[in-house]
Amino acid sequence: MARQFTEAAIAGIGATEFSKESGRSELQLAAECAKAACDDAGISPHDIDGMITFTIDNSDEMMLARCLGVKDLAYTTRIPGGGAAAAGTIYQAMAMVNAGLCKNVLIWRAMNERSQYRFGQNPTNTTNYQSGNGTGSLLWCVPFGAMTPASWGALQAQRYMHKYGVTNRDLGLISVQQRQYAATNPKAWFYNKPITLEDHQNSKWIMEPLLRMLDCCQESDGGQAILVTSLERARDLKQKPVRILGATQSIPYNVEVISNYYHEDLTVMPEAQGVAGRLWDMVGLGPKDMQAAMIYDAFTPHVLLQLEGFGFCKPGEGKDFVKSGALAIDGILPTNTHGGLLGEAYIHGMNSMAEGVRQIRGTSVNQVKSVTNVLVSSGMAGAVLSVD
Amino acid sequence: MSTPEQPAAPAAPKPTRIPPIVTLDAKFFWEGADKELFLGQKCGDCGEFRFPPRPMCPKCFSLKREEVPLSGKGKVHSWAIARHPPPFGFKEAPIIAVIELEEGTRFVSNVVGVAYDEVVQDMPVEVTFEPTMNNHKVPVFRPVKK
Repeated sequence: MARQFTEAAIAGIGATEFSKESGRSELQLAAECAKAACDDAGISPHDIDGMITFTIDNSDEMMLARCLGVKDLAYTTRIPGGGAAAAGTIYQAMAMVNAGLCKNVLIWRAMNERSQYRFGQNPTNTTNYQSGNGTGSLLWCVPFGAMTPASWGALQAQRYMHKYGVTNRDLGLISVQQRQYAATNPKAWFYNKPITLEDHQNSKWIMEPLLRMLDCCQESDGGQAILVTSLERARDLKQKPVRILGATQSIPYNVEVISNYYHEDLTVMPEAQGVAGRLWDMVGLGPKDMQAAMIYDAFTPHVLLQLEGFGFCKPGEGKDFVKSGALAIDGILPTNTHGGLLGEAYIHGMNSMAEGVRQIRGTSVNQVKSVTNVLVSSGMAGAVLSVD
Repeated sequence: MSTPEQPAAPAAPKPTRIPPIVTLDAKFFWEGADKELFLGQKCGDCGEFRFPPRPMCPKCFSLKREEVPLSGKGKVHSWAIARHPPPFGFKEAPIIAVIELEEGTRFVSNVVGVAYDEVVQDMPVEVTFEPTMNNHKVPVFRPVKK
């Protein structure tokens, strides 16, 4: 079979409801969201020929393929690094389609990360801290009481916040903005529940004096799937195609996910800088060409570090960028318009990828006007989604 | 033979801190810590220090490893107080910190013997050891005495 470069596009998105107790297996959530993404695109699940998820997803490819009646799976792969994988899955799917290896790539992430286990609580089984998930250094944290993602994330952010005088109140503005978006999003857990800066300031300390409860993403049950195919084929399917204009990943030397204390300068996010450099170069565009952004927001400081890493503002100017109203619907860069992982749900960043798709289609509940390009970022990976 | 009439000396409270998670490549480190030695790893050929410990030198690819005592001196590079959920095994919220060691590598640990509001950025600290469950010890850091 002759091989040639093939442009990739997102043809379908599908999700379960986002809840705190799904009441069904993670595999069922995976199957439901996968079917929904296929329905959205207008393809049969039987024709899926590539599958991608996170290394830490608990569902098995073969079992999910059996649920969906997949006829012949040509390619399976998983992306390491916890939530850093979110945009990495888009990157991988793009590459598989570009290389002509797959026609219908299913990306899924489904979990009962509230009812079955909780990322935000102390670990119950420390043997989970093994390498292979991009989280190999967590075992160097746990004996010291650094047992949760918030504790790891806070240590990563503290020096940055100290250097630039970023206060917890500054972070609160991100949280307030995203909850405002969530308040008008019926799919969001915090639908109709906006907060004020005072609510943020009154929420309890998680990591003092950096992170309060309302600086942290939710814990959620749910599944999100995305269907990637060729641009040409997407044009004949049900939805308006969403081009994957470019995507990439960057893991600079000595960088790791979240327990990320070993690279030279902790006041920057080298992985985001690395992604930005390669991505802007690949698509021939820059920060000013993005009309919206979906930025991985497990914890509010990491939104600032990514905004700076991608060049939306200069190092240290993230807090002032936010203060200027940049992230609002009428701002320079409407960001996490579904409410983000803080406001909508924590489906490990994949729900933010889906919001990027909706902004390009023009179907977001918080639709930004005249959208051509959207950046989706999960820190270690990013993609530019564009109109056809 | 014990004489039941005599009151026993009050037993020291049992350590509640979680023991280290020991992997083959870091076994030397935790065995050293049990003996109150703070060890680092450097390349047996080019002398490059590295952390976390790993089997190969990223500079010259040598598999020769040297375990050397570190000075145990460093500075508080980054820190925070773990409030919620209360970390398992601590009676009081611990000060968790990234310590930048004199040798140039960094190490996550606790700052002890200091009040929450006395920790300052780049505060000089030195290593000491605290017991964990199962009779192990881990390196923690206290302010350098003036």
